[in-house]
Amino acid sequence: MDSPVGRRILQHPILGSLPEVPVCHIAVDGKWIPAREGEPILAALLAAGVIVVRTTGRYGAPRGLFCGIGHCSDCLVTVDGQRNVPACGTLVRNGMRVETLRSA
Amino acid sequence: MRQLVTEVLVIGAGPAGLSAARSAAGQGADVVLADSNRLSGGQLLKQTHKFFGSTRHGAGMRGMDLARKLTTESEREGVRLLLGVSAVGRFAEGVVLKDGQDRLVLAKAQRYVIAVGASERGIAFPGWTLPGVMTAGAAQTFVNLHRVSIGDHVLVVGSGNVGLLLAYHLRQAGSDVVGIAEARREITGWAVHASKIRRLGIPVFTGVAIEGARGQDRVSEVTFRSSHRRWGGTCRLNVPADAVCLAVGLSPRTQLLQQIGCELAFSAVLGGTVPVHDRCMQTTLPGWYVAGDAAGVEEATVAMEEGQLAGLSAAHGLGYGSSRSYERKKAEILVSLDELRAGPLGGDRKAAKEELCLSRSR
Repeated sequence: MDSPVGRRILQHPILGSLPEVPVCHIAVDGKWIPAREGEPILAALLAAGVIVVRTTGRYGAPRGLFCGIGHCSDCLVTVDGQRNVPACGTLVRNGMRVETLRSA
Repeated sequence: MRQLVTEVLVIGAGPAGLSAARSAAGQGADVVLADSNRLSGGQLLKQTHKFFGSTRHGAGMRGMDLARKLTTESEREGVRLLLGVSAVGRFAEGVVLKDGQDRLVLAKAQRYVIAVGASERGIAFPGWTLPGVMTAGAAQTFVNLHRVSIGDHVLVVGSGNVGLLLAYHLRQAGSDVVGIAEARREITGWAVHASKIRRLGIPVFTGVAIEGARGQDRVSEVTFRSSHRRWGGTCRLNVPADAVCLAVGLSPRTQLLQQIGCELAFSAVLGGTVPVHDRCMQTTLPGWYVAGDAAGVEEATVAMEEGQLAGLSAAHGLGYGSSRSYERKKAEILVSLDELRAGPLGGDRKAAKEELCLSRSR
């Protein structure tokens, strides 16, 4: 997949066509996905079809986008080795390595 | 710790905070406006629809354009915007702010305006933690700001203005809205928004309770139950949906207000715990003002008026502007607020706000 068109809203009656921005790439659990510069990690994940961003420690239950503005802790991921980073509030950076949190 | 000195510090750059900053700076005060988001505008940024009502309240403008307008006007008045910065709390010498790199700044001001808005409520039902179940605000943020679809077949829970508008926004963005589920017997939002939904042919199921959501790694089906007469006794309805958006109300964000130590009260009509404040928007802590949803959940139009009033009052307290012009502007805003709280849906809010002012004098 070269361009981030997965589940992007390319056309919108009010907002117009999706503005062109530089594309960068982030690795999600070792697999590279495209991302739009300036967007949060979670937007790139959703656009690439990654819906489950972590599973809970005790029951292994799936979690994904919930509040989208950093108030809840449902979308915490590991970024470049740093744990518990909110995917909804952290912007992508080319070459960033994201690991979804999985219970053992 | 780095220090920042200003006359007025406004926390929160939504419609209330922007209006407060703009009006205080317009009076000549030195104003800093801080927000944890990287963009100013708050919830206005996600509102692609046009406001309606009177010109004074931005009728005919889209929320997202209003956000830009308020920001430009604030900057023109000399407001210093600090974005990506959140307020940690009140300390002896001022308010400590934290930026994205966890660096702290001590902001020393003579007046503070807290305009931190509201947080969304949720409802718990079996399966509510499944990916695909999210708040209405999350859906609006991802669809209208980040331009990523959150689902192909979406069920909206709650028929207030937020739920109705979200259904409209989702349809605009190309999602199929399978319906709006409402626990009450009637649609709770304004007729103007409900009519849009009706014209789009989106069904609103009233008098239903969510029984559960099912799915493997993502929600795939929702069951709700009704005991409405029209349905002929209790019945269950299964709706296939790959996303469920909860638009079940908002509560004022009171963490900071609790921490600063001003008096709080409870008001169901205004969304829960609210700060006691006077007609000039001052809390029980002298020099600390509040405006917008943080002072009781209402509409963006109310937030802008309250913000303007808080900003003017803060500036007046610092000696800016003549008392005569302050009293005249204040009276004008109070009349406008009364107009906005007129009608069957606003009357309760008006009474609740008046009670908040009264509990101060007790």
